[in-house]
Amino acid sequence: MASNKAKDVLFDPVLKDNPITVQVLGICSALAVTTKLDTSLTMCIAVIVVVAFSSAAVSLIRNHIPSSIRIIVQMTIIASLVIIVDQFLKAYAYDTSKQLSVFVGLIITNCIVMGRAEGFAMKNNPWDSFLDGIGNGLGYSCILLIVAFFRELLGSGTLFGLQVMPDIYATNGLMLLSPSAFFLIAIIIWIVRTLRPEQMEEA
Amino acid sequence: MAEHLSIIVKAIFIENLALSFFLGMCTFLAVSQNVKTALGLGVAVIVIQGITVPVNYLIYQYLLSEGALSWAGYPETNLDFLGLISYIGVIAAMVQILEMTLDRYFPPLYNALGIFLPLITVNCAILGGSLLMVERDFTFIQSIEFGIGSGVGWAMAIAALAGIREKLKYSNVPHGLRGLGITFIIVGLMALAFMSFGGIQL
Repeated sequence: MASNKAKDVLFDPVLKDNPITVQVLGICSALAVTTKLDTSLTMCIAVIVVVAFSSAAVSLIRNHIPSSIRIIVQMTIIASLVIIVDQFLKAYAYDTSKQLSVFVGLIITNCIVMGRAEGFAMKNNPWDSFLDGIGNGLGYSCILLIVAFFRELLGSGTLFGLQVMPDIYATNGLMLLSPSAFFLIAIIIWIVRTLRPEQMEEA
Repeated sequence: MAEHLSIIVKAIFIENLALSFFLGMCTFLAVSQNVKTALGLGVAVIVIQGITVPVNYLIYQYLLSEGALSWAGYPETNLDFLGLISYIGVIAAMVQILEMTLDRYFPPLYNALGIFLPLITVNCAILGGSLLMVERDFTFIQSIEFGIGSGVGWAMAIAALAGIREKLKYSNVPHGLRGLGITFIIVGLMALAFMSFGGIQL
């Protein structure tokens, strides 16, 4: 039973309750880094680390946070974690961190992180919160990597910087620009919602 | 004069925070159901952006950047890494101060903007504006111009999106696309339209 719950907490956010397609969280900072797979992968790992540890940390002190200042307490925890990730990237993957530029910093305002801290970690024990963080991070990474895969494949004809498309394929420059990311997300949402009609909106 | 104008025009049209950097998307999609609330939020963003970018500029220049503390006798200190936490603190504090000031002196404006102000703290456009300002090495005047310009650009984008979504009520959208899906497609088309400004030589 216990392990079942842990599994649900971990895998629900990937498909059933995906933070991007269902809860509309966290698309803010993410899309600009999806022109290449390797930058997106770095971004995904960074987000997973931040969400998991911030949820765990918030959950550890949840009984001691006065509710009137909880937002600022959560913000401080998240910001500190993001600074650690940022410094780590600068030290060990300088080129990638240059490409990600301001977007690593923007993980702070990524709604997924705040949303999970506020919505899940304040009510659950640290271990579940940690798993929930990883699960939501994975759900987010899924979408990010799908978008990045198509953008890099069609936009530059490469995957992880290696030539994949034959030479006769003319690269589609639009895929590297911002509008294509919006269209790709829209298509993903369309597919997911057609497969799972219960997620449709009445609007 | 021309260079000041170019920063403003660039921030509003060519490098629109919402449409070309994807900043502030959560609020952008969530609060664009009707034009009136969208405009309210837009104005709040302009005000906060116009205040926080210059303030964060001063903090960066005189407290955090390398050698910035030389006026206090610590020329070798580099507090760069504290940047993120200071900016977000400044933003949260500014939003709080603005909320209280409006409540005390301009109650009608507070009633109109009130509910949006807390939302702005977690709006990536605001933090993104400050981070871009640091990355681009602006001067103080330029940072004011950039702050206000990028705020105006964001406000314009959300007002336009809200206008389109209001009209959209009359159209028959495929089921799976309703709501979020079609909104993404609209934003994509808007981003495409804004790219036409990219050719402007300044």
